[in-house]
Amino acid sequence: MTKPQLERINTEELARKIRLHALDMTSKGGSSHIGAVFSMADIIAVLYGVVLRIDPSRPDWEDRDRFILSKGHAGAGVYAALAERGFFPVELLSRHYQDGSTLSGHVSHKGNPGVELSTGSLGHGLSVGTGMAFGAKLDNKQHRVFVLLSDGECDEGSNWEAILFAGHHEVDNLVAIVDYNKLQSLAPVSDTLRLEPFADKWRAFGWSVAEVDGHDHEALQRTLETIPKESRKPTCILAHTTKGKGVSFMENSVLWHYRTAKGEEYEMAKRELTEGVSH
Amino acid sequence: MRDAFIARFEQLAASNPRVLLITGDLGFGVLDNFAKRFPGQYLNAGVAEQNMTGLAAGLALDGRIVVTYSIGNFPTLRCLEQIRNDAAYHNANVKIVAVGGGFSYGALGVSHHATEDLAILRAIPGITVLAPGCLWEAEEATAAMLDNKGVCYLRLDKSSAGRTNQPGETFELGKIRTLRNGSDITLVATGGILGVALEAADALAAEGISARVLSVHTLKPFDSETIFQACRETGGIVTLEEHMVDGGLGGLIAETCLEAGIVPKVFRRVGLRSCFATIVGSQNYLRSHYQMDAPALIQTVKGCLQNSGFSSDLAALSLAINNPAGGPVGPIPTGSSATQTATAASSS
Repeated sequence: MTKPQLERINTEELARKIRLHALDMTSKGGSSHIGAVFSMADIIAVLYGVVLRIDPSRPDWEDRDRFILSKGHAGAGVYAALAERGFFPVELLSRHYQDGSTLSGHVSHKGNPGVELSTGSLGHGLSVGTGMAFGAKLDNKQHRVFVLLSDGECDEGSNWEAILFAGHHEVDNLVAIVDYNKLQSLAPVSDTLRLEPFADKWRAFGWSVAEVDGHDHEALQRTLETIPKESRKPTCILAHTTKGKGVSFMENSVLWHYRTAKGEEYEMAKRELTEGVSH
Repeated sequence: MRDAFIARFEQLAASNPRVLLITGDLGFGVLDNFAKRFPGQYLNAGVAEQNMTGLAAGLALDGRIVVTYSIGNFPTLRCLEQIRNDAAYHNANVKIVAVGGGFSYGALGVSHHATEDLAILRAIPGITVLAPGCLWEAEEATAAMLDNKGVCYLRLDKSSAGRTNQPGETFELGKIRTLRNGSDITLVATGGILGVALEAADALAAEGISARVLSVHTLKPFDSETIFQACRETGGIVTLEEHMVDGGLGGLIAETCLEAGIVPKVFRRVGLRSCFATIVGSQNYLRSHYQMDAPALIQTVKGCLQNSGFSSDLAALSLAINNPAGGPVGPIPTGSSATQTATAASSS
């Protein structure tokens, strides 16, 4: 079996495109969660750019790596990455959140090649991903399963059921990445339900934990390309991120979990992303 | 029914290594043999039904046929969203097996009464809903479930109507079975309470009332045509289910018939009516208490026929006539509704 040739992609450029697409998609559709997309855009770009063994011409390729966006509300970012990688035409992104479209606000697999799992209700992706990874091990397959969770999502008890299971069963082809921006829907994570000591919790459940700057592409790539970190342990990557990353007035602001950029705000955001204003 | 399921399941799993059974830490003494014989096809996911169901979806999406197994409401209501989003929306080959339909675990209390599962599961698109009424149906439904692609729900009951198959009979998923021919009334049952329908039909026959008995082992997809035929050919329809009447078998038949414009001459739903069973007891005790045992069913049938002017002789068939189980005596109800509402209120 031949592996698809991994095209070396400029992940910084891919991340910038993901952010720009997502800004357009959410602004046009009047949808929410732009802050959540920007938070994970670099992680998504590194995954889809250089880490995931995938083949856009064969979305159902049996030995592909699986990626599940468990924080399904940030689906615009995944659609953008898939389109940029050639799973479907980039022009389709303008249909996001529009009447009659399959590109729903929360990520959906129906009609959208490359999406492994439809999510949107939090706390689902890790169990399904664990099932996929566990099945791959039973079949002696080499592919890996990556699941991206939000930090707020870790309030869901179902995740801890999966974390317990994967640790116990040594599912070491499973990677849970937490987009750890420390802000959830209404308030900071620390004011809502404290997750710290977060890394210790994962370790106590039998996981190997790595912490990384979730906007440092080189560090992300290095971390994501060596799986497992410890043999017979699933991997948790706590990616420290900034919600709204890339647009100054959106960064670290709870407001941009739900707010849509319109008018002047949209123009300012677009300018910052296009001109690459550094922060 | 549980033993019938596991015996057939073992045979089928032996010939298909892609079949995997996941239990939610239940099945003591039931799954042991299977686990020993097929360690690679058995997994205990612990007391974690949400994860069990999500896992099952993930495993199924990569080519396995995955059975989740637990009791009562645990593999259904506890993880309903995983069933809906992860399994059904993705058309994953997940088979949900719940042991203990209705009042099977009657003495254990409300947490263990599975009395809304059929209505809830059948509302989810793409799920095949099976509730066998006898041991043979349970075995055949097990095989059909594994053959049928997509999500299936198999509700197994502690009680059963024994073995109701004819020699050489073949099981057809989605096809109602006619167990008794009759023309005065049709008794339509789903699940192990089918035995009550057969018992009532026999008692009615002894009194000259000819009752057709239909076994609905598959609620979805639903065999409307056999019900329409019963509407046309018999004096009315009485449904029987160990389940809320809302949205279950009775609700299903009502909506199907009304929409088709094929209305039975009389129609009654026998089952649980908008209450929790706050008292406990054996399955038979609770059936009797909640007016879904054979005497109650017979009363309902007689009430139906009397109201529909079925026969002048029926006027004589008041409650003074045989009451086989010596149950409560009172005026013939206009339907099971009035009596059960009163019972529920008085027991709450």
